[in-house]
Amino acid sequence: MKCPHNIVNLMHDYLDGDIKPHDAKILKEHLQQCSACADHFNGLKKTVAFIQHASHLIPPSDFTARVMAKLPKEKKTVRMRRWLQNHPFITAASLFVILTIGSLFTTWNEQEQFSVSTRENVIIRGHTVIVPKGEVVKGDIVVRNGSIKIEGKVEGNVTVIHGEKYLASAGQVTGELEEINQVFEWIWYNIKERMKDVVETFE
Amino acid sequence: MEIFVKKRIKAIKKGDQNAYADIVDLYKDKIYRLCYRMLGNRHEAEDTAQEAFIRAYVNIHTYNPNMKFSSWLYRIATNLAIDKIRKKKPDAYLDEEISGTDGLTMYSQLSSNEASPEEALESLELQETVQKAIEKLPEKYRSVIVLKYIEDLSLQEISEILDLPIGTVKTRIHRGREALRKHLGHL
Repeated sequence: MKCPHNIVNLMHDYLDGDIKPHDAKILKEHLQQCSACADHFNGLKKTVAFIQHASHLIPPSDFTARVMAKLPKEKKTVRMRRWLQNHPFITAASLFVILTIGSLFTTWNEQEQFSVSTRENVIIRGHTVIVPKGEVVKGDIVVRNGSIKIEGKVEGNVTVIHGEKYLASAGQVTGELEEINQVFEWIWYNIKERMKDVVETFE
Repeated sequence: MEIFVKKRIKAIKKGDQNAYADIVDLYKDKIYRLCYRMLGNRHEAEDTAQEAFIRAYVNIHTYNPNMKFSSWLYRIATNLAIDKIRKKKPDAYLDEEISGTDGLTMYSQLSSNEASPEEALESLELQETVQKAIEKLPEKYRSVIVLKYIEDLSLQEISEILDLPIGTVKTRIHRGREALRKHLGHL
């Protein structure tokens, strides 16, 4: 029997899944009559089935790790960013510390003006606060950017920031007498003050 | 999944290597399988697959997002595998005639000590036979057959991966199937 000249092409179109209905009919009819072409077609179908059912190998388990180890080094900024993303708590905490210290530095540098927390029973001469003999100051005194001379009595704490304290022999301070000239002392002082506030709020 | 891949690629472009590990995990089976079927050797397949992933990472900026990322990876891996095949000492194809013989091919020589069809159907033997038949295909037929039947890709995708017109892909698949039929059709 004479085979249509394009019969093999029709077989492949069929296997590709894009055979036209008209061609499919021609192919089907021919295969029913021609055993040689039917064998050919079966051989192709078997071949496809064999290849499709080839078992699948999987790569070794360390495949990804080995690829990653061979990649060129990544930029430091990226590594840093990822580290920060992976450790949000540490990031937040360190950011907090940095901001706190920063703000303390600023307050330390900003407050260059002379100030004193109380004006009762004291004499102010230039940048010096004098607690005169015989006078009693009730409460704490904080002096910024100035000195204090105590000849009388202070019933409370005295703190001198950026300045000096002179305690005359007759002078008396019932509380603590403190002089702060360093940034770190200033920070420590701030922390103590805040802690006191916190403790007081809880009390 | 497309969104997942797109996100990873964005991160990789910014230089985030860890995002690339996800991509490797996602595609390693397919790429390794492709390389193994193209080369027929586990060791070479692993080397080639790794190289494909490294190349993709290094050249990630040349990746065109209009293309499927998997197609791009397949393209890199296929090209590398074809290079490897070409560099290998050219094997005598089974269909070539052995000099000094009349119409006797290597294949008919092999057939004499080959397993009977019943035995051949036992899985492992069959696997080997199938793999050997694929390896005997010239590389241009081998790549389309592997992409079509091992990776189960559409003609459209294969045409994109190999940067060939669909008509050419079809012709190659037809010829590849015919060549394979000679080795496998009688089993």
